[in-house]
Amino acid sequence: MRNIFRGRPKYVTVKAGTAPLKKDVPDGWWVQCQQCKTVLYRKDLERNLGICEKCRYHFPMSARERLRMLLDDPEAFVETDADLVPGNPLQFPEYEAKKERDLKKTGLRDAIITGSGVIEQHPVVLAIMEFGFLGGSMGSVVGEKLARAFDMALDGRLPVVVVSSSGGARMQEGIISLMQMQKTAAAVERHSRAGLLYISVLANPTTAGVWGSFASQGDVVIAEPGATVGFAGRQVIEAAVGKRVPPDLQTAETVFQNGFIDLIVPRDQLKGVIGQLLRLYGCPARKEAAAGAPEPEAKTDKEPEADK
Amino acid sequence: MVNGVFEWEKPLVELEQRINELQKFTREKGIDLSEDIQTLEKSAERLRKEIYSNLTPWQRVQMARHPKRPTTLDYIADIAEEFLELHGDRTVRDDPAIVGGPAVVDGRLVTIIGPQKGRDTRENIKRNFGLPHPEGYRKALRLMRQAEKFKRPIITLIDVVGAYPGIEAEQRGQGVMIAECIRYMSFLEVPIVCVITGEGGSGGALAIGVGDRILMMENAWYSVISPEMCAQILWKDTGKAAEAAEHLHLTAKDLLELKIIDEIVPEPTGGAHRNKQAAAAMLKAAIIKHLDELADIDPAELVERRIARYRTIGYLGH
Repeated sequence: MRNIFRGRPKYVTVKAGTAPLKKDVPDGWWVQCQQCKTVLYRKDLERNLGICEKCRYHFPMSARERLRMLLDDPEAFVETDADLVPGNPLQFPEYEAKKERDLKKTGLRDAIITGSGVIEQHPVVLAIMEFGFLGGSMGSVVGEKLARAFDMALDGRLPVVVVSSSGGARMQEGIISLMQMQKTAAAVERHSRAGLLYISVLANPTTAGVWGSFASQGDVVIAEPGATVGFAGRQVIEAAVGKRVPPDLQTAETVFQNGFIDLIVPRDQLKGVIGQLLRLYGCPARKEAAAGAPEPEAKTDKEPEADK
Repeated sequence: MVNGVFEWEKPLVELEQRINELQKFTREKGIDLSEDIQTLEKSAERLRKEIYSNLTPWQRVQMARHPKRPTTLDYIADIAEEFLELHGDRTVRDDPAIVGGPAVVDGRLVTIIGPQKGRDTRENIKRNFGLPHPEGYRKALRLMRQAEKFKRPIITLIDVVGAYPGIEAEQRGQGVMIAECIRYMSFLEVPIVCVITGEGGSGGALAIGVGDRILMMENAWYSVISPEMCAQILWKDTGKAAEAAEHLHLTAKDLLELKIIDEIVPEPTGGAHRNKQAAAAMLKAAIIKHLDELADIDPAELVERRIARYRTIGYLGH
């Protein structure tokens, strides 16, 4: 039974009476770790960035929570294209209902948030995918927002940080979703040709058409521990090869060993590592960028003041 | 399907057999049955039109998978005056599921690349049923970059259910190679004409399917996911693939309407497998037409247009 939940862990609300709780504690204050089954106080877990204090298992995290975690000043984040909403080009069955359901669930109109902000004093363009919205799948809106994010970074000569969490291209928009793979991969390349940095962060899961387009193409690819990373779905592989596949075939750790990931970074160190990369690749720090977009030649030769 | 004949073709095939018998009878016995034959020919023609112009999406998918449908190498043999297959990705091995190399088409020096299905069980095993590994895509990208170096237009002939979902394929970076193909193909400074000749299965097809002209043969399909897998996800029932095929809008006509492809390449009535030479001739004519149109465009301009084309694909709501 446990395997069923492996790829897609969820918060489990522990009902009063089944766990060592006081009678007067309301439901939802406690959650159980999927991996080690430890019962955790939700407030502590949140303070701990969704990392189990016992086994370091990384709980799912919403895009909004990730924004708060990564940005120096989450209030100063300038969200872009928040008004883009998905259509239903193929009149696909149940698509409208699913979008409606996940809008209510996540407060987002589609599976990504894009915008500009500051990480460790470095202005960046940031894109964060939301797995809670149709499995983070990429349709027209995700593709378009990502392409615009890279274009905006190109215009402002800024680095891009993308946090992926997606099952792949969105089936409900059919071939149009497939074409977003080209749109995003080309946006990466255009940005890259201008000599600009792209950091790709793989959260659980990063698979199929998202791994097969922009997510695998960072100058630096970072994964969260235990994230599922791969192209084909596990069941599809098992059906094709006619046997059980190794359970760790598509874990970030295996994909790292296979040479497709630069770093595996726990969530509580992610901001620091991204900041370090932004420094190491000479991305302009805040003071220089504050006066507007720096000249193409601009480089931070000196140590940024904000070095921690 | 029995003996390469689909259920829905049966009335027609039986009629055609009857006509053949009558013709044979005429020849052998010297009895003039031309009037009867003519009548039957007329109803056969009517039936042909009725059957093949009203194929459902699922029937098209099955046409695209017909075991006798011409493969990439079959088409190359018919459309190229010369072709030399080159091998190897220079990293892991040669992947027989993708073929490619320099060719001459109507006097032009080009590079042709495409997935290759087997024409019988033996060849299918060798070629992994035309399901490429990452090294196949790496070979394709290598040949495409070589084409750019020698300023040769690229023709890709696409007939692939999808990239191989195998253990080694994952270990060797299937997704990464597909991403690289899509990324770098987008910026190659030579004309690229892509033709979905049979199956266009998801990322495994797009990996060699980014171009300046995207053509599709009349009975080909192209989709983000196969109808079977779509049905499995939606209804946990691969038996509902026919229904899924409707929803996915995966036929050539659908994709022309969605402006994903530029042109439908017609096939002989009843499908390419019924007349391979005629199918190849129509394919060749379409390819040459588009190569000609692209020939004089400045390479940088070509790339700009290619990027812009894909950049506009998307459907936003209100």
